[in-house]
Amino acid sequence: MNGAHDMGGMMNFGPVKEEVDEPVFHAEWERRVFGLTIAVSATEAVNIDMGRRAREFIPPAEYLSSTYYEIWLAGLTRLLLETGLVSEDELSSGTARTPAVPVKRVLKPDMVPSMLAVGSDSERPAETPARFAVGDPVLTRNMHPIGHTRLPRYARAKRGVIERVHGTHVFPDSHAHGLGEAPQWLYTVRFTGAEMWGEDADPTLTTSIDAWESYLEPR
Amino acid sequence: MNDSGHSELSDVEVRVRALESLLAEKGYIDPATVDALVDAYETRIGPRNGAKVVAQAWADNDFLEWLRADATAALTSLGLAGRQGEHTIVVENTQDEHNLVVCTLCSCYPWPLLGLPPVWYKSAAYRSRAVMDPRSVLADFGVSVPQSTRIRVWDSTAELRYLVIPMRPAGTDGWSADQLADLVTRDSMIGTGFALRPDQVVRR
Repeated sequence: MNGAHDMGGMMNFGPVKEEVDEPVFHAEWERRVFGLTIAVSATEAVNIDMGRRAREFIPPAEYLSSTYYEIWLAGLTRLLLETGLVSEDELSSGTARTPAVPVKRVLKPDMVPSMLAVGSDSERPAETPARFAVGDPVLTRNMHPIGHTRLPRYARAKRGVIERVHGTHVFPDSHAHGLGEAPQWLYTVRFTGAEMWGEDADPTLTTSIDAWESYLEPR
Repeated sequence: MNDSGHSELSDVEVRVRALESLLAEKGYIDPATVDALVDAYETRIGPRNGAKVVAQAWADNDFLEWLRADATAALTSLGLAGRQGEHTIVVENTQDEHNLVVCTLCSCYPWPLLGLPPVWYKSAAYRSRAVMDPRSVLADFGVSVPQSTRIRVWDSTAELRYLVIPMRPAGTDGWSADQLADLVTRDSMIGTGFALRPDQVVRR
């Protein structure tokens, strides 16, 4: 999705402003939205890629005028409706009207430290050899999927070099749509500033993205 | 802020309260779990964790080598891997190269080491410009990197997380890791700042 979330290279957002002594959260509702999002993900009814996809599908004007946790709230709400965990009617009334959908796990407070310490590893055993090796020149695909992708617009159809090889990882473009993990080899790909931004780019700049194998072609 | 004693909840507060109560009623979440998650990131998991890692890397060359070879394993040994830090890579700032970390697509950030990201890291201003004109972003932070130093930007587009090891400040020979950790700021571990000089901190 060529959404408003894909911000690399956009202009005119003004200076980056750092807040002095910034708190972790700025309001109680932000705390709740954060905790609810993590707690709902622990049910395994949704996954992290679905979460990103749900936030990215917010229409651009709304996305750009929302705060970070407003975007999280909108994304969480969308996923809860999509998965049928709650209905529109329940959301508007705030009361359960239908039986709960069975979920794999309900996170309890005493499980929080170990859940955070373990995390959720995206790496999977490799079943095929890697197509590329460190130093290989590659071309990123020119693709504009309607669905979720982690290949940013600014890094499409660009010539880069494989810098690192990271094993095979869950493929977000599939996982975000509930179409399975479909793991692929993952690489760090390095580009020059000039390749990304043209001859006026900072000559000392190089940028990298982390790219799944199907984002890349040999050159 | 309303300090009249009346309860005047905003629309978003009302919606979030209703959502939490609905999710709890349906048995999907436990509100005490939400409390525990929030508490973890407000009290335990924050940039002091990353500062400890950087200080140890400065003080102990074997540990630095381990970070270079397999940062995830080295961090696991300290209990500093886990959620949003399942695969971590350290990158080192030098006179020749300055590293800067961004997530242009969302807000990927090494939670076990730095906690939750600050608002500026998630902002459109940072996400849009860090990859295209990083020196102007550094200037917003009052940071200037010499033209002779290359700028290396890491866009965190997968489940790999990056920690910048800033340059060790001069005048810190013989300091313990605990003392060195006081010099390591959050921004220096993202690349939007430098570690503090000894005269910028009060020695313990």
